[in-house]
Amino acid sequence: MNFWNDPLKIAADWLMGIFTSWGMPEIGAQALIAFLGIFLLIAILMVLDIFLVWIERKVVARFQDRIGPNRLGPYGLMQPFADIVKLLIKEDTTPAGADKVVYNIAPMLSMMSVLILWAIVPLAPVILGVDLNVGILFLIAAGSIGTLSIIMAGWSSNNKFAMVGAFRQVAVMISFEVPMLAMLLIPTVLSGSMGMNAIIQKQDIWFVALAPLGALIFLIAAIAELGRAPFDMAEGESELVSGYNIEYSGMKFGMFYAGELLHAFTFGGFWSILFFGGYRFFGLEKVSPFLAIAVILFKAMIGYWIIMWVKYTMLRIRIDHMLAFNWKFLTPLSFVLLMMTALLNALLRGGSTWLYISGMFLSNVLLAWSALEIARTYSRREREKAEGPKQALGVVAEVHH
Amino acid sequence: MTAQQIIFLVVSFVTLGSALMVVTSRNLIHAALWLVSTLFGVAIIYTLLNAGFLAVVQVVVYIGAIAILFIFAVMLTRKDMRDQSPQLNRNWWMGALLAVVTFGGLFSLLQSWSGFSKTAADFPSGFDAIGRLGEALVSPDAFVLPFEVASVLLLAALVGAVYLAFNRK
Repeated sequence: MNFWNDPLKIAADWLMGIFTSWGMPEIGAQALIAFLGIFLLIAILMVLDIFLVWIERKVVARFQDRIGPNRLGPYGLMQPFADIVKLLIKEDTTPAGADKVVYNIAPMLSMMSVLILWAIVPLAPVILGVDLNVGILFLIAAGSIGTLSIIMAGWSSNNKFAMVGAFRQVAVMISFEVPMLAMLLIPTVLSGSMGMNAIIQKQDIWFVALAPLGALIFLIAAIAELGRAPFDMAEGESELVSGYNIEYSGMKFGMFYAGELLHAFTFGGFWSILFFGGYRFFGLEKVSPFLAIAVILFKAMIGYWIIMWVKYTMLRIRIDHMLAFNWKFLTPLSFVLLMMTALLNALLRGGSTWLYISGMFLSNVLLAWSALEIARTYSRREREKAEGPKQALGVVAEVHH
Repeated sequence: MTAQQIIFLVVSFVTLGSALMVVTSRNLIHAALWLVSTLFGVAIIYTLLNAGFLAVVQVVVYIGAIAILFIFAVMLTRKDMRDQSPQLNRNWWMGALLAVVTFGGLFSLLQSWSGFSKTAADFPSGFDAIGRLGEALVSPDAFVLPFEVASVLLLAALVGAVYLAFNRK
């Protein structure tokens, strides 16, 4: 056991030796070491957050066929630092009639709900904050705190647009928690545990091969939870003048903005942990924990890129369509998928591996196809009712050719 | 004073203080937010009792659903969200008397309890608390019947809510 195999334990023991030799009681030394660990993690995350701003702006520029920031520093790398300085020196306004305490706490809670998620992310088999055996529920709980912070932001701004934006955002968030929870139960069923580390250890076959529809629905629900396009009804600049964060300026707005980017990156990380094997890559993680960290960060970046890709390609969905999509399509589909996955897992797990993988994969494809057929039939019937049978048939005939 | 006792004292102090602010706050939204703080304190106490699962479920259900429901209900039914109503009604002295009597009764009951000076025993190693909870909820000779009856109750509440809010076009 040396530094390259188990860095956290070695560092903790070394620091404990130093602190007890200074005469500190052991409990105090333990608490101090824990605080130092948390501080280090949060410092690294916030620096990463700054570079996520740069990544976001470069990627959106490429999707829009332009270059993005390229003036400040090589490839525009100094641009986020200029942004941070600008946000820090901006005037810190509070709207008249706003509720000062709630107004100031809301961005803090929003950032807190993102940072607290990193306590359960396993960066390597031995590097993780806390090996919680209910990690999946913890994910949902942190999302609830984020929801609360948005209501607080919208209400305390004393502004109609902020209120409407906050209400819509919270409605979307609590609605899409239902299919997300059902999809979070799929890795639980497949691996027999709710803890993140246990889920990764059981992924000899990546769960995306066993439940591709589950991975897709989780991605959709996660994008809705994040409040990013195409589900960003609350922040639509053209509809709601940027929703619940209208009245925020300066670093408080920076907290919301950077928090949203970090949240997207975190969910990219969770998507890769739950469905794409986390830090595992054909045994690379056993070589060194630092390689495992590199693997999981790489996969989280790919997940984040997919989330950005969706954001900058798709149009915004209307709020009633969003909610109808969730309650009438995603929720029944996700419950049927969960039941089917649990049943097939119990039936096929003992048999041959190829039968297992192909059976689960094909059942997912079959379920997705039949769900789309049902949706198509339903929409055809709606169209016939609205337009009259002959015209609808003509449209359908066109569509089929 | 072990560390556990110190943490428990601090957490209960915060929880009780927030609960007091819930009932004495003039602004309803502030009261709802103090309630969130109280529920969070209860979740921390669950964690101190080695019931981590219950702590997370408390946050998800109470804070994530019930507190948000309270806040929505307040926001959607107030004409002016900063309205301040008087905090006490005419019978506040009766409420205070009942509270003091209840506290006195509980205090005298617990005075002779020996558990105050003991620490809780740890779980035996390999004790899967969540597994046991799951099995208790679905095993026929444990609690599956109350579990199913509770689900039917929730279904009835859901159907009732949809019926009340249904907008016949």
